Amino acid sequence: MALANVLGFNSNDGFNRSLQCKKTDANIDEFCPKLNIDNIANFITLPPYADPAKYLKMINENVDRVKIKFLKGTTTLAFKFRNGVIVAVDSRATAGGFIASGEVKKVIEINPYLLGTMAGGAADCAFWERVLARHCRIYELRNKEKISVAAASKILANMIFEYRGMGLSMGTMIVGWDKRGPGLYMVSDDGERISDNLFSVGSGSIYAYSILDAGYKYDMSTNDAIDLARRAIVHAAHRDAASGNIVRIYHMKETGWEKIEEKDTNDYMYQYLEDKTMNF
Amino acid sequence: MGDDIMSYNGGVALAMKGKECVAIACDKRYGVQNRTIATNFTKIFQYGDHCFVALCGLATDVQTVSERLKFRTNLYELREQRKLKPIVLYNMLTNLLYERRFGPYFVYALVAGLDPKTGETFVYDSDNIGAISDNVNLATVGTASDFIFGLGELFFKPNMNPDELFEATSQALLNGVDRDSASGWGAIVYVIEKDKITLRELKGRQD
Repeated sequence: MALANVLGFNSNDGFNRSLQCKKTDANIDEFCPKLNIDNIANFITLPPYADPAKYLKMINENVDRVKIKFLKGTTTLAFKFRNGVIVAVDSRATAGGFIASGEVKKVIEINPYLLGTMAGGAADCAFWERVLARHCRIYELRNKEKISVAAASKILANMIFEYRGMGLSMGTMIVGWDKRGPGLYMVSDDGERISDNLFSVGSGSIYAYSILDAGYKYDMSTNDAIDLARRAIVHAAHRDAASGNIVRIYHMKETGWEKIEEKDTNDYMYQYLEDKTMNF
Repeated sequence: MGDDIMSYNGGVALAMKGKECVAIACDKRYGVQNRTIATNFTKIFQYGDHCFVALCGLATDVQTVSERLKFRTNLYELREQRKLKPIVLYNMLTNLLYERRFGPYFVYALVAGLDPKTGETFVYDSDNIGAISDNVNLATVGTASDFIFGLGELFFKPNMNPDELFEATSQALLNGVDRDSASGWGAIVYVIEKDKITLRELKGRQD
């Protein structure tokens, strides 16, 4: 899709037109410009009322007859250490108390050396990180160089900032490796973008932080780092009702990311119980 | 989840009939909304040799109702000088709940029991203001009851022996709670027969 756009390829115009939408409904039949990298914001319909965040709050609070529940509840974490960055996430999606899915992919593989994590609204994270992937690919084609983690995360933060206060829900971490070495940024729905050695995002993050803070050392080995990340996710899966099922772990190295494992948290809980290394 | 009092603490229970046996089971979670605080909170209470009640809903009311019911059943057995029967227990429970019709307890209830002479089985359920039910084959209350109802109806067969009944009850409960974030973390199952009562603890998913 990205390459097709750069080359001006447009054989599927009918399909494109159905996706296009101007900012206000009054102009919907007017000529719509082609979707391109600079005007992508024009193609998402803005809400037709004054205060979108307030409206979303209202429909969530059952004031309206229809109650809309968003997919929420997550544990994600990422931290830098001696040999790169470890990313670990759970896989549960809940809608209210209902477990809608137990095998969600909350790590989004942007490209071979960039990863994004998903917390908050599943649709928001998936969509905007897909748009980010497209931006990153075009950057590569234009500049014949990999995009830096700082630049990639800033593109995302800037896009999110355009929609600030309109009810987007996302807490995401952008992880990568560039010429400056390992990179780790957290970008949230209020447009905030910060860099640090260790982050955890989501409803289970408080439980994950407790394990991470107790065991984190920058100079630890890769195996110890993976074990720490796994324990943090497993502990959060145990304590937080909205987190659980599978733990997925990635390792970001100089050569790009590597998927370490995707295993059931429950097996680890009983294993840790047997080892007496964790007390549930 | 959240603003609903009935799902504030989480938890679920299930009762099923067999041939001259009944099973009653519940999960072990006690939480406050998404935060799991304890995994040893059982919701089944015994009120006689063959009489059991499960209470699901707001944990504080589970404790209050169970204690007040204990007080009344004790008083009944002393005053009337006879053993409590399941139908009597059920009437006492629904009356107790209806006394708070205009400021109700936030619990749904199950009663499971057996007549040790005839082998007749009893399974009843009630809402939080003491609506009376028929003597049914299968009843479930709590946050995962929607899922467990479907599974329970799938696993239920008429005239199951105690082992089959245990298996059907356990499968319905354990698989049901896997779709509910507010219940699970282990389970217990009572199988009530004429001459014995078996309590089994089930290992469940810990997430």
